[in-house]
Amino acid sequence: MNTPAPDGAGQSAALPDSSGGPVAGDDVLRVEHVSKRFGAVTALIDINLHLKRGEVLALLGDNGAGKSTLLKILCGFQPPDTGRILLDGQEVTLKSVDHARSLGIDVVYQDLALIDELTVYHNMFLKREAVTGPLLNNRAMRKIARQRLDDMGIGLKSVDAEVARLSGGQRQAIAIARAIYSDAKVLLLDEPLAAMGAKEAALILDLIRDLKSRADISVIVIAHNYGQVLEIADRVNLLQHGEITFDKRAKDTSVQELNDIVIAEYRAAMEARQRTAG
Amino acid sequence: MSETVERAPEAGGAAPGGPARGALSGTVRRAALIFAQQREATVLVVNILLVIYFWRASPDFLTKDNIANITWIVAPIAIIAIGEVFLLVCGELDLSVGFVLGFSGFLMHYLIDFYSVPAVLAVLLCLLMGVAVGFCNGFITVALGVSSFITTLGTGYILLGILLVTSHAYPATIPESATGVGKLLGSSTWAEIIWTILLVALFHVVFTRTRWGLHTIAVGGNILGASEAGISVARIKYANFMLTGFFGALVGLMVTFQTSSIDPSNAGYQTMFYAIAGAVIGGTALAGGSGTVIGAFLGALMLSILQDGFNLIGISANPLPIIFGGAILVAMIANVQLARLRRAGRTR
Repeated sequence: MNTPAPDGAGQSAALPDSSGGPVAGDDVLRVEHVSKRFGAVTALIDINLHLKRGEVLALLGDNGAGKSTLLKILCGFQPPDTGRILLDGQEVTLKSVDHARSLGIDVVYQDLALIDELTVYHNMFLKREAVTGPLLNNRAMRKIARQRLDDMGIGLKSVDAEVARLSGGQRQAIAIARAIYSDAKVLLLDEPLAAMGAKEAALILDLIRDLKSRADISVIVIAHNYGQVLEIADRVNLLQHGEITFDKRAKDTSVQELNDIVIAEYRAAMEARQRTAG
Repeated sequence: MSETVERAPEAGGAAPGGPARGALSGTVRRAALIFAQQREATVLVVNILLVIYFWRASPDFLTKDNIANITWIVAPIAIIAIGEVFLLVCGELDLSVGFVLGFSGFLMHYLIDFYSVPAVLAVLLCLLMGVAVGFCNGFITVALGVSSFITTLGTGYILLGILLVTSHAYPATIPESATGVGKLLGSSTWAEIIWTILLVALFHVVFTRTRWGLHTIAVGGNILGASEAGISVARIKYANFMLTGFFGALVGLMVTFQTSSIDPSNAGYQTMFYAIAGAVIGGTALAGGSGTVIGAFLGALMLSILQDGFNLIGISANPLPIIFGGAILVAMIANVQLARLRRAGRTR
């Protein structure tokens, strides 16, 4: 097994020092030397990543860069081939999504995990229902759901509405609310702004800002849209072809810089392909 | 951050007769809207219209004897429909339950007459047989990945084969020692319908007010989402197959005692198909995710009223399937249209 790398180390030598993010504190999550292959395809190469307590880390990258594979490893959906994961300094083997959730790592997959046919409050309490004897305590769940959504500034008129009737932003907000109130300490948000209008995206960005202010939840946001994510992230990691090639504080970078890196990498790949063909 | 989920209530509007009349009109409209939004509303209205029609067509329709006859028709369908609602809502189906029904009476006969098992224990073992068949259906469907349609088709035929081989396709008489328990289960006039009402009430509560019901809806509505939430999809499906098997065995015993005979012709698809039709007419979605136990009861009642009513007014049994098929289509079209209304202004 590999030895733990120092804070911010383990990245390419070209990476700027990433230590000293805006929120001080120990790492709640560390990923050390994680690799993953699928047959002949190498999805992740020696990934090192760390997440501080209360920090929002944006994990950016194009399609096929390895973001989804890394997310699946972090949420316990699939194991890495090599490397290790440390949660609160302790090495953990994530056996399943349920196991990862029990350890405090929860994932929000866009709005896929909600049940259209159930009400907002039943979705929020799914598998963690309030009961009185064998019966559901719907009154208590309604009241708590209402309170939590109000606390988060999610202005739904009724928690009795079926989720099928909500907008994409509202559904995403409920999925996030469910994860937050499941005692998650690490929240993985998979493309939380995908296919959303400006108003809905603003709702989700506000929610993530609120999470930052609580400081007891650390968040990894996986996204394509650099501009929106830089608004709320403390730090940015860029994943390219299975490697983390960039690790900087959000305030020290810009959309222009990130675009330049991605475009330069694309041009280099095209030139290499032409040379091979020639 | 201030988006609303519900549409604002429709304004009652000022009625020409003044504020009081306008308020009354608004209340009536709201009550009508709330009623129309209930999944069971359509089939309840159809049932009431059918009762009025057959009552006017035949004065014998609302006599005590005929009502008892309707209860004997509806009880087996409605009880099996409860199980089918749980299965359909979680995205599965049981075609074998009609053969569990046919086999359970014979199993009781074999246990008591050939193995001297006490009657009460024999009844319990029959119910256990239904649960075991349900478990097998669950295992083949969940663990081996065979669709429930094929699984239960196969187990149903196996049960039919066992029944025909062991009975030589001859009816049997009810064991003497079972007459006492028989009165409780079906041989007294109102026993079946009392059981039916109790089971419908109990499982309506289970479906709407317990984790089992909630998780059943979740599994049928979004199996991946339910699984992500930590629900054991396999456990829910096993439980629902076993419940349906249990009801099949129970109904088999009830029919045995009610008809005072153990007949191989009791086994078959008819009760099962009527039960599924009743569930669907009552608002259960074949695609999973939604349904109601009370709706299934009302759907079963509708089919029973039709069957009894047409017999009573002297219509041949031959065109009945046409009428049943038409009734299913009409009910489903009405349900689809009302579902749109519910989505537009649902407050339940």
